[in-house]
This record gives sequence, C-alpha cells and structure tokens, in this order.
Amino acid sequence: MIAALYRWLDDRLHLDDLIAPFKHKTVPRHRLSYWYFFGGITLFLFMIQVLTGILLLLYYRPGANEAFESVQYIMTRVQFGWLIRSIHSWSANLMIFTAFVHMFSVLFLKAYRKPRELTWVTGVILLLLVMGFGFSGYLLPWDTLAFFATKVGTEIAGQIPIIGKPIMIFLRGGDEVTGATLTRFFGFHVAVLPGIVVVLIAIHLFLVQRLGMSVPPKVEAEWTANPSARREMKFFPNFALREMMAWYVAMGVLGALAAIFPWNLGVKADPFISAPAGIKPEWYFLFMFQTLKMIPSKVWIIDGEVLGVLGCSLAGLLWLLLPFLENEKSSRSKTWVTGISIFALVYVIGMTVYGFLAQ
Amino acid sequence: MASLRNNSLLAACSALLLAGSILLAPSLYAQAVNSCLDCHSAQDGPLQVTPEKFSQDIHAQKGLTCVSCHGGDASSFDPDQAMSRKAGWKGKIDRRQVPQLCGSCHSNPAYMRTYNPSLRTDQLDQYHTSMHGKRLAAGDTKVAVCVDCHSVHDIRPAIDPRSPVNPVNVAKTCSRCHSDAALMKPYGIPTDQFANYSISVHHDAMVVRGDLSAPTCTTCHGNHGALPPGVDKVQNVCANCHAFQAQMYGKSAHFKAFQEKGLPGCVVCHSNHAIHMPSDAVLGTGPTGVCMKCHAPGDHCDKARAAILTDLTQLDASIKDADQSLRLAESSGMEVSEARLTQDQAQDSLTKARVTIHTFQTALVDADVKAGATIAAANLKAGHDAMVERNHRRIGLGICLLAIAFMLVGLWLYIKKLES
Repeated sequence: MIAALYRWLDDRLHLDDLIAPFKHKTVPRHRLSYWYFFGGITLFLFMIQVLTGILLLLYYRPGANEAFESVQYIMTRVQFGWLIRSIHSWSANLMIFTAFVHMFSVLFLKAYRKPRELTWVTGVILLLLVMGFGFSGYLLPWDTLAFFATKVGTEIAGQIPIIGKPIMIFLRGGDEVTGATLTRFFGFHVAVLPGIVVVLIAIHLFLVQRLGMSVPPKVEAEWTANPSARREMKFFPNFALREMMAWYVAMGVLGALAAIFPWNLGVKADPFISAPAGIKPEWYFLFMFQTLKMIPSKVWIIDGEVLGVLGCSLAGLLWLLLPFLENEKSSRSKTWVTGISIFALVYVIGMTVYGFLAQ
Repeated sequence: MASLRNNSLLAACSALLLAGSILLAPSLYAQAVNSCLDCHSAQDGPLQVTPEKFSQDIHAQKGLTCVSCHGGDASSFDPDQAMSRKAGWKGKIDRRQVPQLCGSCHSNPAYMRTYNPSLRTDQLDQYHTSMHGKRLAAGDTKVAVCVDCHSVHDIRPAIDPRSPVNPVNVAKTCSRCHSDAALMKPYGIPTDQFANYSISVHHDAMVVRGDLSAPTCTTCHGNHGALPPGVDKVQNVCANCHAFQAQMYGKSAHFKAFQEKGLPGCVVCHSNHAIHMPSDAVLGTGPTGVCMKCHAPGDHCDKARAAILTDLTQLDASIKDADQSLRLAESSGMEVSEARLTQDQAQDSLTKARVTIHTFQTALVDADVKAGATIAAANLKAGHDAMVERNHRRIGLGICLLAIAFMLVGLWLYIKKLES
C-alpha cells in the first residue's frame, strides 16, 4: 500500500531524484562521532517546541489581564495542559543547552573551518535567535519574576549608546513594561522569530547536507597516515537510526523532567510592587548578567553598564566572525582561536555557576 | 608673582571666613536673636541652655526667643537690664503658671493659625479636666505640667521621633513619673503599668513592628485631658480600634451582667495594660483561661465554652492539615494555587469566629466555624487529589520510559543486525 502510494507520487514528482543524494550520503565514523548528534537533538527539541507551542496557543490569551489566568487554566483545567506546558518550558531550556553544546563541539572539532564558515555563522545567529525565543517566551505567563526579568533585560538593551533607548521603547511598546510589551513579545515569540528561525534552519541544514560532516583534524591526520582506518556509515539508515535513538533519549529526559518537576507558575505580575530581592535572569543569560554586575559603575569616564553592553556586543560579533579571524596557514592564529575557545567555555560555565551562587 | 601670592592669600582668607561662618552659624543666629544664651550657655545644671539645644526647639525655629516666655530685654548685654522686672522679665516660670503660659499662645486659634492651622488649640481646656490639671489647681505642684512631657528649651513636634511625646516614646515618658514608686505613693497609684504595657501586644505592635497607630498610654487615657476612662466606659475606648468586638459585646449577655456588677468590660477578660495576643487557650481551663474565673464547672456556660473551644481548635487543626497537604503538593511541583488562595478564606473564617466569640452565642460562632471548615476540607481534598495525580503522572512516566527503553534496545539490535 505504502509502496504503491510512493510509486504514484514518484511518477509525478520524481522523488527518487530528490532522495538519491541521501542514499549515497555518508557520515564519518570515529571516536568523536557522538558529538554529531547534538545538532539533531537541538532540531528535535525545536520541533517539540513548535508542536507544544501550537497546542498552548489553543488556550493561551496574550494580555496583562488574561495571560497569567490562561496559563493557570492550562496548568489546572486543560487535560494534559500541565504536561504540554512543562514540556514546552523544559524543552526550551534543553534546546538552548544542546545548542550551546553543539556550538562548542563544532568549535573544538574545528568544524567551522573552510568551507563551513557560513554554517557557523548561521548556527551562531540561530543560537542568538533561540535565546531571543527564551527571552520573549519567559514573559508570556506574566508572572512576577518574568515581569521584572523583562524589565531588567530591556533596561540593559537601553544602555546601548544612541540606539539603546529607541530599541528599549520598541521592545517594550512604551517607556515601561506593560500589557503592550506582553502583546509585542507574544508576536515576536509566535510569528517573527519562528519565521526567521525556520528559514535559517533550512539554510543551516542545506549547508550541512551540501558540505557533509566535518572530520576533526586529528582524526583526519590519523586517517591520512593510515587510510585503512578510515570508517564511514551510510546516512540512511545507519546514522538516521542512531539519531533516532538520540531523539528517544532526549524524549525520555524531557518526559521525566516534565513529569517529576512540572514547570512552576509563580505569582501574577504586579507592576506596582518592588522587584523581588536577588532577582536573576534565566540560566542562559546568567553569564552575561554576572559580567555586567561585576563591571564597576564607572570605568575611566565611561559608564560601566554601557561598557559592559558594548563589550558583550563586540564579543558576540567577534564570535560570529570567528572562522574569518583564523588564518588557515598560520598555526599561531589557530592556537589563538583554540585558546579563545577554551577561555570562552570556561568563562561561560564559571560565570554561570558564580551567578547562581552570588547573592 | 606678588599679585598671584596676594590673590592666593585673599582666597585662603575668604575660605577661612566662609568655613568659620558655617561652623559658627548656630551661635551667630542665637546671638542675633537674643543675648540670654550668652550667659546661660555658660551656666551649669538646669540654668544651662546652649544655642545648640535651643536651636532644636520648634519655637526657636519658628522665630520665638527666650523673651517670648521669660520676658526681659534680650537686646541688652547688661544682666541687670536684660533681667529687669521693668522690662517684663519673669524669671523661672513657676510650675503652676506653666500651663497658662503655654496656653497663652496654644489656646489662641488666631495666633496658632499663623504657624500651624491644623494644630489643636484646646490643650489647656483639656488639661484643666485632667487629673494632672485638677491636682495642679488644688495646689499639688508634683503633677505633670506641659514641660514634663514635652521637655523644655528643646521642644520638638510630636511627629519628631526624638520628641518625648512621639507615639513611640509616650509610654516611656509617662513612666518617668508613673513608674516612680516614691512619687506615686501619696496618690495610691500602682507603678507596674509600664512594665505590664511593655509585655503587651500593643507595645509589640508599636515598638517591634513600628506601627504608630498602635495604642500607647494616651490612646486610652487621653493626652492633655489624661484620666482613666472609667470602669463602665472601657469598651467605648477599646471600640475605637476593636469595633466589631465592641458591637458584639454590647449586644451580649456579658455586657449587661458586667454593668450590673460594675465590672470594667473588656478588661475583665483581657486585662488593661498587660494585654497579650489572645489565643484559643483563653477559652480553656488552663492558667490562661478566663471563663472559669466567674463560671462554675459543668454549668450551661461552661458547656458552651467547651463547645466553642472544640470548634475553634478543630478548625485551626483542619486549616493546618490542609496547609500541610497543599505544601506537600506544591513541593512536588503540583499546581494548587487556587486552593492556596481559598486557604486565606478559611483563615479569615477562623479569625471571624474568634471575633464572633464576643457575642457569646455558640450558634453564631458555629456558623463561622462551619464556613471555614468546609473550605479547609475542600483544600485538604485538593492537596490529596494533587498527590494522587502526581502518582498517576509518575506511573505514566514509568510506562513511557519503559516503552522508550524497549525502542532503544530494539533500534540498537536492528542497527547491529544491519551492520553485521
């Protein structure tokens, strides 16, 4: 039956021509192959986000007077609403985590090098957009923590010289965080960001398929020295089945987190109360937040916060352009990039932990 | 070069002059107003009035001087002229004259309006009605006059936390005399009021929680017209804050009975100065119980008392059980915020029932207790249901994880077979 349907479609759409490259596609097989799975897991979690997000949309009502109540309704009254929302929240966090792991694995396996510079650039932009998803989605339940985190977050954006204030007003939909901000963030979260992300994912996947999987330089050197050690596996079905196993593991972890630690619904936001003491952003913004906190209020004649925001923006830009900063022929520049990569990983982990522990 | 040095010298002198002016400003101000402080700042003991002290006085700040109360000629530096009777010098104001002197301004609405239109001007009239005023009129100069409470030469407005008549300081100010056993002995007044007040719920509210609306001595006794409220009028005083309790008590059987026996209303059960935070144990038969001081064991009222106490204790326990159940559900990540919200209503019912006790009617207390008990029972059920739901979720998770594990094993075996 399925075969007949496929033949019917193939007669008209020539599907065989489309599938042919996948049949011949191979994936290098070596001791570091498992790092390849993290990109796929991130994609899987993104798909979970889209699916659960659509289900949440059936009941969620954006608006300062309704948002919290609608999420409360989803959590308490809607059949399996608690599960959908918990999976959506946990999956968002896991997706950002796996995206970070994927990025650093690409970095340390040198997969950003020529000809994969554009794959790196689209990947870094995707990570930033995914963090944008996190930031915009965090406000949607309209609880106290989300309200003040958004207030602080948009205030930080407002520190950028000249364009900061207009950006802050654009993000907030006014001078303050209000119902207008919520409506705006909802729009970003369910329409603007998904549209851009889907296009970028398509480009990213196209580049991955077009350029194939990168082999780490050390493994490549070993294989060059000993060509008989070179191993490959077919993308389909061998790698795809392994990837499916990884997705099943991710699903199990996600289900366990959602069932054992259902995502908390705090207290409804009240713009007239003062911010809770020791308020912190979500963990993936913590290293930047802690960095900004540690910069003195005045450095020479420059405002500390402005310096911090400019510094973070510059670091982000350099990170995006990292493949172009490394000279293919200069071993010194390669050493520098490796050093920067190690420093960045230690810095992000260290500052995140410090941010958690700091009062 | 010389010109530069001259300019520097000039600048240095100007800076010194400016600094000196700033430092000496209070004394210069006082000297400009009157010369009395010249001598009195050098005096010892009660005659000493320093410019620093006087500058803190609200009267000095409003432009009044020593002459305003003591008369004399403050513009003369000759003591004979400055303290000349011809110039109207009154010397030390006799204690008996103090209220009248203060009242010469403070009882003049037209004059007081020029400084503070919202300030009352009936203090002197009230003082005459007070026990202090009556005794002073009878020639007893030991009683309190204005300066004993408000201090003298550094009188601050009552809203100033350093003022002895600021609500936080009033009890201590009254206790300076009323805790002095030797001073109070001739009047036969007890001296334990401050000690008792210090352990009361009212003191706790005022001093520990910083609630300036909490009662202190003057709230119940009056300030300028200070007098005990009278045995039969105690409930009127308490009613100023405890309105519901007073209304209920006013309609109760106890009101009539207490009046007939000449008992002081609220004070009978709650005492006066040492009022503790009431607990349900007040209805008990233990050392803090009050009912059995008048009622006989086993009588109708004793049975009603026991029934009310049981109701309250049960409701309190039900609310705590529901609380614990909801806390457990919350700690398991379950969403029980709606039940948590209604817990406040159950607590309100308990509070209401404790207030309704002042009707001394078991049926009315029962109604409040039942309302609270219904909510508490529903919340207890909500907590239990949430825990049952949590267990269902975990069983569901276990089944899903097992299915996933089977899939993983199956896939792994399939891959192995494929690659062999």
